[in-house]
Amino acid sequence: MRSDRALTIVTRTLAAISAAIVLLVFVFLLRESTPALRQMGVSRFFSDTSWHPLSDQFNLIPMIVATLVTSVGAVVIAAPLGIASAVFVNFYAPPQLATWHRRLIELLAGIPSVVFGLWGLVVLAPIVATFGGSGQNLFTATIVLGLMVLPTVALLSDAAIAAQPREWIQGAAALGMRRSAIVGWIVLPGARRGIGGGVMLALTRALGETMAVLMLAGNIVEMPSSLLSPGRTLNANIALELGYASAGHRSVLFVSGLILMLVVSVIVLFVSRRGGTKLDRYP
Amino acid sequence: MKTYLLAISLLLLCMAFASCTSASSIKSTPNELAGHLTITGSSTVAPLATEIAKRFEQQHPQVRIDVQTGGSGKGIADIRLGVADIGMASRPLASDEADLAAHQIAADGVGLIVHASNSIAELSQEQVIAIYTDEINNWRDVGGENEEISVVHKAEGRATLEVFLNHFGIDNPSVKSDVIVGENEHAVKTVAGTAGAIGYVSIGTAEADIESGVPIRLLPLDGVEANTENVASGVFPMSRPLNLVTADSTSELASKFIQFCQSVEVHDLVRSQYFVPVTSERGVAK
Amino acid sequence: MIVTPEATSRTIGRQHFKREVCVTVAVWSAAVSVIGILIWILVDIAVRGLAEINLKFLTEDVQNAGREGGIGPIILSTGLILLVCLVVSIPLSVGTAIALTERVGQDTWFARNVRRSLDVLAGVPSIVFGLFGNAFFAIGLGLGYSILSGGLTLACMVLPILIRTSEHAIRAVPAEYGYAATALGMKRTAILFHVVLPVAMPAIMVGVVLSIGRALAETAALIFTSGYVARTPESLLDSGRSLSVHIYDLAMNVPGGGSRAYATACVLVAILVLINAATALLLRLAGWQNRNISGGSL
Repeated sequence: MRSDRALTIVTRTLAAISAAIVLLVFVFLLRESTPALRQMGVSRFFSDTSWHPLSDQFNLIPMIVATLVTSVGAVVIAAPLGIASAVFVNFYAPPQLATWHRRLIELLAGIPSVVFGLWGLVVLAPIVATFGGSGQNLFTATIVLGLMVLPTVALLSDAAIAAQPREWIQGAAALGMRRSAIVGWIVLPGARRGIGGGVMLALTRALGETMAVLMLAGNIVEMPSSLLSPGRTLNANIALELGYASAGHRSVLFVSGLILMLVVSVIVLFVSRRGGTKLDRYP
Repeated sequence: MKTYLLAISLLLLCMAFASCTSASSIKSTPNELAGHLTITGSSTVAPLATEIAKRFEQQHPQVRIDVQTGGSGKGIADIRLGVADIGMASRPLASDEADLAAHQIAADGVGLIVHASNSIAELSQEQVIAIYTDEINNWRDVGGENEEISVVHKAEGRATLEVFLNHFGIDNPSVKSDVIVGENEHAVKTVAGTAGAIGYVSIGTAEADIESGVPIRLLPLDGVEANTENVASGVFPMSRPLNLVTADSTSELASKFIQFCQSVEVHDLVRSQYFVPVTSERGVAK
Repeated sequence: MIVTPEATSRTIGRQHFKREVCVTVAVWSAAVSVIGILIWILVDIAVRGLAEINLKFLTEDVQNAGREGGIGPIILSTGLILLVCLVVSIPLSVGTAIALTERVGQDTWFARNVRRSLDVLAGVPSIVFGLFGNAFFAIGLGLGYSILSGGLTLACMVLPILIRTSEHAIRAVPAEYGYAATALGMKRTAILFHVVLPVAMPAIMVGVVLSIGRALAETAALIFTSGYVARTPESLLDSGRSLSVHIYDLAMNVPGGGSRAYATACVLVAILVLINAATALLLRLAGWQNRNISGGSL
């Protein structure tokens, strides 16, 4: 039993370290934002007329909206395609094709955000531009962002689906269920924790993406009025302005980072409370 | 299997420890320059600084110069904190930076670009201001084809933006643009991909891209063609300095390096990065 | 392929048949469009960049701000950064996952909140990670702009993915294995290392592959931690430019660097393909099958 206790101590310490990293990042953001918060308070970030830091205007709301629109939109694109990919690979594809499909999705996961941004800028944006404007808008950014988080959903759903016991599927087949019914009624519900985890990870990844969105969303700070409006996300804003910001402006940018972190926390808490953390497996 | 894993992990650990030892120090001869410099700041100046540093290191083998990026603001913050020896800034010093010294090593013109298919010959001062404040929306209103104007603007704080706004006398909140970009290349790619776009970038960048076949055109300003020769002769009106910035206490190594950067020896490097070398009279600017 | 017998009633049979066709078409079109777009992107990169790749490109030093010479030192730096990242994050993640799966079938307050904090960590923007890494590892711990700083920062970034996949992998191991092992008198530690982890390994590897992809793809975080210096690194404490930082610099910063940016991107994709293939090979050599755990048929 001594080795068991050692194991518990070691693993719990490691878990505590992992959790501590979040705290460290939060403390870092807090420390860098304090000058701005102390000087200006929080309400100005929601009530000023526009975002023009050099003219002392700091309204963050259009950027928060743009961030949510692109991230949620990206998951709306990535989730169905990712889950469908996972189902395809496990139930519909011939074995060779399945292996190649998996390999290609693993490859998609490793393409740098810069390359996605470049492809979007040089190939996709001119296509979207036929609908008017420059093609750099929230729509293009959302599509490319969806592509970027697709592998997360696909691979995690794939692992979850593959972990379903074979007997359930064989039993359902013996009962006369068709493939689509087995997938829809047996496999997907059973795998929903893994799939949910993949979607959640994809959402948070989309919220944290900077480079590709910077190159594609147009970066105009105003409330998006249609799908083809340009917008600027909080991350793109930090990346755009940080390198050239004075100390006060820099602190304001960190406040926006802090607010993003709070938005993510709210979403995470909401989903985990509602989705429940029941771990009961089927008997 | 277990022994296999164990062997691999031991091998990796050994490699990691072996590489942890830093480079052994070389005995420096009395006349040789030796030491380590850290230079941080503007990503525009960074490629040039890296190339000059490489040549300097070749001439003085015991010197090591590390160039990092992060933006002009970071460079200035770093030299104040003492984290870096020299800062790179792609703009003149601001009024609250009067305690620092700027050493200009190159100049960079700022020119207007449009898509190659756009036949417009030139735009007057008033026309540019009207386009950027959204009073003119279509190219045909300034003598071009019937094409909507897509205005490409730069993010706040960038030197190119400051130079542009200063020259045309516009303030930033009045600008109504369609796309805001960060880097010069982003602006170039945007204009190259949209037939009705107009933007402003570093002239050197635009020339380099035109050379490699990117479909953009530089517009003349006030009758002066936008090219690096005109910037060098001072005829072209819009340009910004590329500076190396130092705080009060500068080491001898840093001063020697800055001198090297401002010398004629590196003018070929400056030109190869598509910037304009400055003559030695415009040495130290405040 | 699963073969199912027809249902007895003809109308229900026809309904089911229609649904089957719809779903099959939907799934195939989704898969084809995903593959199609991916191939589009890969071909685009290849067309723009393959011309520049040759042996000199892969081994020589960076010259003329990247427009000439090669990317040899950059490949080395990238490899080292990746190594540091994995060596730190894999034990940390697997250990945390073990801690989170302590109680089978129940959830501790501790586990719930660690999981939530990790989800929040996954949402932190990459540039904030870069600035955090700069403040904590480079300045705070005194590591400076170095490969070590970069690797440690990346380790923090891939933690959410690795921990989540490891946790799901361990949970997917059928409980009966654990019951049987306990009935045989094995200690918890032994069960973990001899029964659970080996079975969970393929799924954990999925997380590792995803993390490697994420680490190689990261740009903003590395600019502020492992830095911009393109020299051959002599130790882990040296600054080293990674492939993605180089791509960014060539594409967005250096005039005329476009085609080399794409060439570097091709090299990065190739390295990724190699790593993925090597991981799969390693798994197969170690005797672990690719998928399909069967529960109950011990």
